[in-house]
Amino acid sequence: MPAVQETIEQVKLLDVDKYKYGFITDVESDLAPKGLNEDIVRLISAKKGEPDWMLEWRLAAFRRWLTMEEPTWARVDYPKIDYQDLHYYAAPKLRATATSLDEIDPEILKTYAKLGIPLKEQEILAGIRKPDGGDVLEEAPGGEYASGRVAVDAVFDSVSVVTTFKKELAKAGVIFMPISEAIREYPDLVRKYLGTVVPASDNYFATLNSAVFSDGSFVYIPKGVRCPMELSTYFRINERNTGQFERTLVIADEGSYVSYLEGCTAPMRDENQLHAAVVELVALDDAEIKYSTVQNWYPGDPEGKGGVYNFVTKRGDCRGRNSKISWTQVETGSAITWKYPSCILRGDNSQGEFYSIAISNGRQQVDSGTKMIHLGKNTSSRIISKGIAAGRSDNTYRGLVSANRRASGARNFTQCDSLLIGDQCGAHTIPYIESKNASAVFEHEATTSKISDDQMFYCLQRGMSQEEAVALIVNGFVRDVLQKLPMEFMAETQRLIGISLEGSVG
Amino acid sequence: MLEIKNLHAEVEGQKILRGIDLTIRDGEVHAIMGPNGSGKSTLSYILAGKSDYEITEGEILFNGENLLEMEPDARAAAGVFLAFQYPIEIPGVGTMNFLKTAMNAQRKARGEPELTTPDFMRRVKEAAQTLKVSQDMLKRPLNVGFSGGEKKRMEILQMALLTPSLCVLDETDSGLDIDALRIVSEGVNALRSPERSFLVITHYQRLLDHIVPDVVHVMSKGRIVRTGGKELALELEAKGYADYVSEEAA
Repeated sequence: MPAVQETIEQVKLLDVDKYKYGFITDVESDLAPKGLNEDIVRLISAKKGEPDWMLEWRLAAFRRWLTMEEPTWARVDYPKIDYQDLHYYAAPKLRATATSLDEIDPEILKTYAKLGIPLKEQEILAGIRKPDGGDVLEEAPGGEYASGRVAVDAVFDSVSVVTTFKKELAKAGVIFMPISEAIREYPDLVRKYLGTVVPASDNYFATLNSAVFSDGSFVYIPKGVRCPMELSTYFRINERNTGQFERTLVIADEGSYVSYLEGCTAPMRDENQLHAAVVELVALDDAEIKYSTVQNWYPGDPEGKGGVYNFVTKRGDCRGRNSKISWTQVETGSAITWKYPSCILRGDNSQGEFYSIAISNGRQQVDSGTKMIHLGKNTSSRIISKGIAAGRSDNTYRGLVSANRRASGARNFTQCDSLLIGDQCGAHTIPYIESKNASAVFEHEATTSKISDDQMFYCLQRGMSQEEAVALIVNGFVRDVLQKLPMEFMAETQRLIGISLEGSVG
Repeated sequence: MLEIKNLHAEVEGQKILRGIDLTIRDGEVHAIMGPNGSGKSTLSYILAGKSDYEITEGEILFNGENLLEMEPDARAAAGVFLAFQYPIEIPGVGTMNFLKTAMNAQRKARGEPELTTPDFMRRVKEAAQTLKVSQDMLKRPLNVGFSGGEKKRMEILQMALLTPSLCVLDETDSGLDIDALRIVSEGVNALRSPERSFLVITHYQRLLDHIVPDVVHVMSKGRIVRTGGKELALELEAKGYADYVSEEAA
């Protein structure tokens, strides 16, 4: 089945409930009282059984946060958040640290099953999720990891509930576990890298995260190891009035390679949910990290009620020579998205990439982009951003490309394309370019277009419905980026594009 | 097959069609010739359901059904195909993907099962061979960077794959050199059958040397002013449209 057709099928299935992940799981939760103060920070740290240095780190961040002001420079608009009216810790009850699926609340397993996330290793091994083969004449979607095997870390509210394939990964020397566990089991490793890419004092939301982060994933790929499978984390916010603050730390040691996927969903709720995550990537000499995100938090209803505030700090440090970090993101959800996955190109000859598809519909607001900070010699970066605005949404690309004085031979290519559907939405491109080295070569291309009536009519004349035509044209528009996604995410993404734009025409 | 009765249409208050009557029976090939601005292309767009026109009078029956009440995609599924004078480019959308999406959309609308990939591939391969459409063209985004001749061949390829019952060809010969004209015409002729009718809109007679019509109409200022056999086209070629234009003016 061609992907577009599949998109349409999915849209049809979702007739009643556009946001299919909007259900609520009925589990008993261990919930910290509302509000934020030093005691809450201590409570979170104690719940996790953390060492003293970790608690001190959190408290320092918290004290710092108290002195900071919430930033207002992004092109987004939302009522003031009452940080004392949120829960900062929610954990599903009835679990110690689960070692097998049998120990997990069946309601949670059902949740992940509904989300289509396979947690049972045997199912993955059996290859049940292998995507349908594409047309022979279409280029085969790339990726060496076409084996269909993905190791999953599932995070439910504030805690990681299960991590699959742990043993097999351990054989390769790969560490993939909840960060709360890593803090206990590999304190030296965590302490060496935590906060070295996104310092605890970095920005308002990152500092808040540093104080109260509850869980997230930790990945360490040892020297010279190609991680034998895709690693993946699925984040799910369930509990009401709960902030989700994950912390992800990925370290690729010299000459290693890892591809990491991240997916997010949340129930439909009338009130807004805050999500303020921090992701730090470190690539040492000759290492490569590929980090892909499909973000589909609840976007709110068509009138703009409810939805997730997605205020995220993601940054990768190409610390070693010849290292490479590649961000690929598909942003379809959230009421407000505010994130700029960035690369610090510190090592000589290091490379950074940012491929983005950001779709906004209804009343969604997106302010997203990247920063490519060229520090080392002969560093290069590439930015391909595809923004699609529909409904009454606002979609902004904001990006910084900078070359340090020492960054001789720095190169950047940026392409920002915006597509407008309808006449009540907005697309904005705000590039910042700073070069302090005369040998740097930065290129920037930007286009804004609309789906033309002629294109629509042509597709309709060939028998496609309005929705089919829009899905086809939009999938064509984002094709360059789509091809950068791991195969497991391509089909899902094409479906999402169709769903996100449902009702945007006609 | 098609019955157009006293069709009047306008764009932004400007009258384009002023009472068209036209009946095309199953299997017939009709040609409409006429000077620029006579309303030929408008008629083709109205048949396909483009929304820019206001129908002020008249009706169109397609196999007895009121065509004007059908959405463009429903018309396509019912068997109306328009080969565009200026085929549209769709960046990023692979031609194969486009073809398959269109074919399956129509099949679904008619309650038929989707094509299997091998079946689809076989059909495309066959049609592509006849029309000298290269594999390379099929791999590229639809019509993007195609030459004029390639675009027209792609239109006929789509026509062959979608197997419509009424094919409207809007100036398909424009921008074609002699060889391309022959290939396109052969492609069209191969599709002629007792169940399929054609409305060939053209400015020049040369296309009708290759696609020989049963009936030729002359259109001028929104009306059909003369109807005859295929010899009418030759007469027009010799004398030009001047008579009709001045006749109207007189």
